[in-house]
Amino acid sequence: MLLYENIRLALSSLRANKMRAFLTMLGIIIGISSVIAIMTVGASMESSLTDTMGSLGATNITVSLQEKEEEEEGESVEMGMRFGGPGRMRTPSEEDYFTDEMLREYCDYYPDAVEAISVQESLNSGQLLVDKLYANVSPSGVSDGFFLANDLELKAGRYFSDHEIENHSMAAIISDKAVNNLFQGDEEQAIGSTVSLVSGDKYLTVTIVGVYEYEQSAYSFGNTSEKDLTTDLYLPLPTARDLNHTSGTSSFTVVMAPGMDADSFVSSTEQFFNVYYRNNRNFEVYAFSMSSMLDSLTSMMGTITTGIALIAGIALLVGGIGVMNIMLVSITERTREIGTRKAIGAPNSAIRMQFLVEAMVICLIGGIIGVILGTVLGMIAAKVLDMPATPSVSSILISLGFSMAVGIFFGYYPANKAAKMDPIDALRYE
Amino acid sequence: MEDRRRMIEMTGIVKKYFIDTPNEISALRGVDLTVYEGEFLAVVGASGSGKSTLMNIIGTLDRPTEGQYTLDGVDTNAAKDTELSNIRNQKVGFVFQTYNLIARTSALMNVELPMLYAGMSRKERNERAEELLRMVGMEDRMKHRPEELSGGQKQRVAIARAMGNDPSIILADEPTGALDSSTGRMVMDLFHRLHQEKGKTIVLITHSPELAEETERIITLKDGAVISEREGIGHAVV
Ligand SMILES: Nc1ncnc2c1ncn2[C@@H]1O[C@H](COP(=O)(O)OP(=O)(O)OP(=O)(O)O)[C@@H](O)[C@H]1O
Ligand SMILES: [Mg+2]
Repeated sequence: MLLYENIRLALSSLRANKMRAFLTMLGIIIGISSVIAIMTVGASMESSLTDTMGSLGATNITVSLQEKEEEEEGESVEMGMRFGGPGRMRTPSEEDYFTDEMLREYCDYYPDAVEAISVQESLNSGQLLVDKLYANVSPSGVSDGFFLANDLELKAGRYFSDHEIENHSMAAIISDKAVNNLFQGDEEQAIGSTVSLVSGDKYLTVTIVGVYEYEQSAYSFGNTSEKDLTTDLYLPLPTARDLNHTSGTSSFTVVMAPGMDADSFVSSTEQFFNVYYRNNRNFEVYAFSMSSMLDSLTSMMGTITTGIALIAGIALLVGGIGVMNIMLVSITERTREIGTRKAIGAPNSAIRMQFLVEAMVICLIGGIIGVILGTVLGMIAAKVLDMPATPSVSSILISLGFSMAVGIFFGYYPANKAAKMDPIDALRYE
Repeated sequence: MEDRRRMIEMTGIVKKYFIDTPNEISALRGVDLTVYEGEFLAVVGASGSGKSTLMNIIGTLDRPTEGQYTLDGVDTNAAKDTELSNIRNQKVGFVFQTYNLIARTSALMNVELPMLYAGMSRKERNERAEELLRMVGMEDRMKHRPEELSGGQKQRVAIARAMGNDPSIILADEPTGALDSSTGRMVMDLFHRLHQEKGKTIVLITHSPELAEETERIITLKDGAVISEREGIGHAVV
């Protein structure tokens, strides 16, 4: 009940001194808006990062070949972001590839650390055909570890048998979307069916052994109709290698055993394979894991955030001191009012509350303006950086709570001073 | 006279300033005063004689340096500060020479203020404040702020505010001091009405001998002591 009156009173006294109130709020506004802006940008950066990386699998290590540097130092290496960017002149050829032999030795060397190895051999995209029905597919041969590395579980049927792998069989695992297009969704009918596969200029016949659940990937743009959707089709790795006339691979993925330290195992892996490439003139091995990259990016973000939080903290501190100063001025100006209130019977606690509420209202209004300003700035920045803007509700609430706390902290001393005034002295004040 | 209730009972009230310094001032030097319920008392005396000091002690805004003071049965010497603010809120209504209305706050809200501190509900406050403003003839200025009122109007609002919690005693320190004589007359008539119609105990400080004569009893202060005490002529409400 008194709170409502106090808020009304505080607002009317702010209205009487608009400019002064605004200048007082400025520190709070700057502090809060910079916190909110950085939180908004930070949150959207982080969410877009985790989105990207999560879909690539965070506990996987990707091992690939990259061209040896021609002894000219510089550029790219620093950030640990050597994604094998553009401008690669040479592509690895058959004799540069990782061989099954190397992979086997690697697995034997780190039996506890390596859970599985995923190798994928892509074929030309094409179509599955059943009578007049078709399904667009992107076929590839995959090793056993592929399904583990990509978290792919079957809805029906089974994975490739050892027999099928050894015999380079034409066994296929297809998506449920393809089953929809070819068998009206009847998975029972699909399993065991023999269908035609056109891949590039090859006409093949494959037997369906399994069906997996298709998941929209983060990268699929636009809305292709279900009918024309291209989904992956998997063959045993040896089968695909036969078709491509190859026996090695230029990259593969290692699934780490849980509990391994990604950073150190990435470098161990890189060192292990580089032994094989010591004498290779053109290529060396590069290994990286999303989780270690994510860690370093997150810690970089953390440093930036801490820096800005520090600046914001200083702005809030200065703002708080400004609020304290203006409250002291306001109390001196209103000494007779305070005396009158005491004569009327206001207890000290009511006077203290009145000025505390006034300080909190100043800070809260500053905080609200800061939140709005910060959100707008953050969203503009996110737009410029082309990231989804995600203003975080929790940081807004925390900011508002924090600005109120600033009001209480810096408002208490002046409010208490007002409460403790002697009524006679206050009434006689000229 | 003796069987009436004693509203104010003071014995040996001393008020000193700058105690134990070479400039020590005794604003009051042993005042004994008894005021009965429903009395209309005037306090007169030269400037600096200690009238306001006495008034502030009566209103419990100030504590005496020495002496006993009982207000409406409450021993104020023993009361804590919070109890004193409660006494001021419930039992005392102040009217000042300089009005002391709260700036930027409507007349209505000013009158509601003592009721607000008493914890009265908003509806009750509002109704009572309107009634009090009607009583002082300010019903058409209720939403106006002090800055928009004349001196006489401000003092009428202040009197309505003093009546907020229906106090037992009204203390007025030169309430007409800043007003012209006809406006002062109107304010004085209000005090007579509060005295006669509502039976309020009133202590009035004034420099005007004519106004003092209108009360029931006049005491004269000189250098912090009561030097004379006599009956006034009284006044009939016009
Ligand atoms: N806070 C104070 N500090 C020091 N001296 C004070 C204080 N208040 C009052 N006095 C002194 O006490 C004496 C009585 O003052 P008081 O205000 O009671 O006089 P008064 O009779 O009301 O005078 P006036 O008619 O001019 O209002 C004066 O000499 C004054 O200087
Ligand atoms: Mg005086």
